[in-house]
Amino acid sequence: MKRIVLKGAALAALLATGALAEEPKLIINGEIELPTRVPAPSHMDAIDEITSGWVYRTKETQALQMDDFDNPGMIFVDVGQELFETAEGDAGKACADCHESAEEFAGLKASMPRVNEEGELESMPDVINECRTERMQADAWKWSGPEMSAMTALISLQSRGMPVDVAIDGAAAPFWEQGKEIYYTRYGQLDLACSNCHENNYDMMIRADHLSQGQTNGFPNYRLKNAKINTVHGRFKGCMKNIRAQPFAEGGDEFKALELYVASRGNGLPVESPSVRN
Amino acid sequence: MYLKTMATLAVLASAGFASAESISPQQVSFTDGAVPQSLTGEPGNPAEGREVFANRKLGNCLACHANEDLAEQAFHGQIGPMLDGVGDRWSEAELRAIVVNAKEVFEGTIMPAFYNARTINRPLKGFEDKTILSAQQVEDLVAYLMLLKE
Ligand code: HEC
Ligand code: HEC
Repeated sequence: MKRIVLKGAALAALLATGALAEEPKLIINGEIELPTRVPAPSHMDAIDEITSGWVYRTKETQALQMDDFDNPGMIFVDVGQELFETAEGDAGKACADCHESAEEFAGLKASMPRVNEEGELESMPDVINECRTERMQADAWKWSGPEMSAMTALISLQSRGMPVDVAIDGAAAPFWEQGKEIYYTRYGQLDLACSNCHENNYDMMIRADHLSQGQTNGFPNYRLKNAKINTVHGRFKGCMKNIRAQPFAEGGDEFKALELYVASRGNGLPVESPSVRN
Repeated sequence: MYLKTMATLAVLASAGFASAESISPQQVSFTDGAVPQSLTGEPGNPAEGREVFANRKLGNCLACHANEDLAEQAFHGQIGPMLDGVGDRWSEAELRAIVVNAKEVFEGTIMPAFYNARTINRPLKGFEDKTILSAQQVEDLVAYLMLLKE
C-alpha cells in the first residue's frame, strides 16, 4: 500500500513538472504545423501509425527544423535558387528561362518517384538532369553531388506540408514490388533487412541511435554529422554499409524502386524537406 | 639440449598455428541448440571477451543488448534482451551456439551470426566470406558471458 501511494505521489510530481507532458509538436516558423503521426496507408499490415523521423531526434535537433533561420538546410536551398537562375550549357539557358519560379514545382516531391511516359521509374534528379542535358545542353549533375542536392532541396521545399502521395498501382506496381522485395531482404555480413530495424524495432535504441521508421518525407535532409544536404539514395547507401552490405548504385534501378516503396510507406505524412537530422 | 630445442619448437608451432587448429565455420556442429565443442580447444579469456562485447568493430553486442557489467559505456541497445544473468540462464555450449549462429537457436532472429559458414548476400567489399569474429574471439566472449551471473 505504502509503495503504491509513493508511486502515485511521484507520478503527480512528474505531471506537475511537465515531464510527462504531451509530445512536442512540429511547428515551423511558429505558424506551419505539420502532423508527425498519421494512420499508415492500407498497404502496410505491420504498422498502424506512421511517424516522422523528426519525432525520434533530440530536442536540440528538433528545434533546428522548427525555424527556417536556424535550419542549416535553408542555406542549401539558397544555393539551389542561385543555380536555378544561372545559365549553363550550350543552349545558354537557366532553369529560370523556362520555369517562372521554383514554386511551379509545388507537389512534385510529394509524388516522386513516379513512372514516366516511357514507362521508366524516375526520381527527381532524373527529371532535373533531363532538363540539363536536353534543354540546356549542359552536363548532367552527379546524383548526390552538391548541385543536385541543393536543387532537390529547393524543389522539395515547395511541397512542404503536402502529404506524400506516390502512386503504387498501374505502371508503378512492378517497381513497387521490386522495392518491397529489397526492403524485406537481408543483406550484408550482419544479415539484416531494412524491415529488421525500421519496421520491427523503430523507437528502440540501437546503441546511441534512436531508430525511426526510416521515412523519406524529410529528404533531402541536412545532417549535423556531415554538415551537408543528404539524399535518399545516400542514406540507403549508408544503412547498407552499416550492415556491411555492398550498396546498390545511387541513381540505379534498385535504389529507385526501393525509394518508391519506402516513400509509399510514408503516404499521408507531410513533406518536411529539408529536414534536420543528426 | 636436443629435447629442449624440440620443446621450444613445439611451443612456437602451437602459438604460430593456433588458428589452423581452430574449428572452421564449416566444421561447427550443433546438437539440440548447443555447440559443446570449443572452437579453439583452449579456454577463452573473459577479459578479452568483455572487450569483444563492447567494441563497435568486433561484437558490438551493446548495439542491441544492455549489460549492467558494462555500465561505464554510455549507450546500451534495446533490441535484444538484457544480458544480466545470462550465465545462469544458458550453459556454455548454448551460449557458444547463440554467438556462432543465433538462428540455430532462435528461428528467424535478427541477431547476426558471428561465426558461421554461409554465402553472404551482397557482402561489402572486403568482407566476402569473412566471419564477424574469429574462433578465439568467440571463445573469449563465451568465457565472459559465463561470468554474467545474478
Ligand atoms: C542495423 C539497423 C539498420 C538497418 C538494417 C537499416 N537502417 Fe536505416 N537507419 C538506421 C539508423 C540507426 C538510422 C538513423 C536514425 C533513424 O532515423 O532511424 C537510419 C536512418 C534511415 C533513414 C533516414 C530517416 C530520417 O528520418 O532521416 C532512412 C530513409 C533509412 N534509414 C532507410 C533504410 C533502408 C531503406 C534500409 C535498407 C536498405 C535501412 N534503412 C536499413 C539503421 C538501420
Ligand atoms: C542486431 C541485434 C543484435 C546483436 C548485434 C546481438 N544480439 Fe544477441 N540477441 C538479439 C535478439 C533480438 C535476441 C533475442 C532472440 C530472439 O528472440 O530473436 C538475442 C538473444 C541473445 C542471447 C540470449 C539472451 C537470453 O537472455 O535469452 C544472448 C546470450 C545473446 N543474444 C548474446 C549476444 C552477444 C554476445 C552478441 C555480440 C557478439 C549479441 N548478442 C549481438 C539481438 C542481437
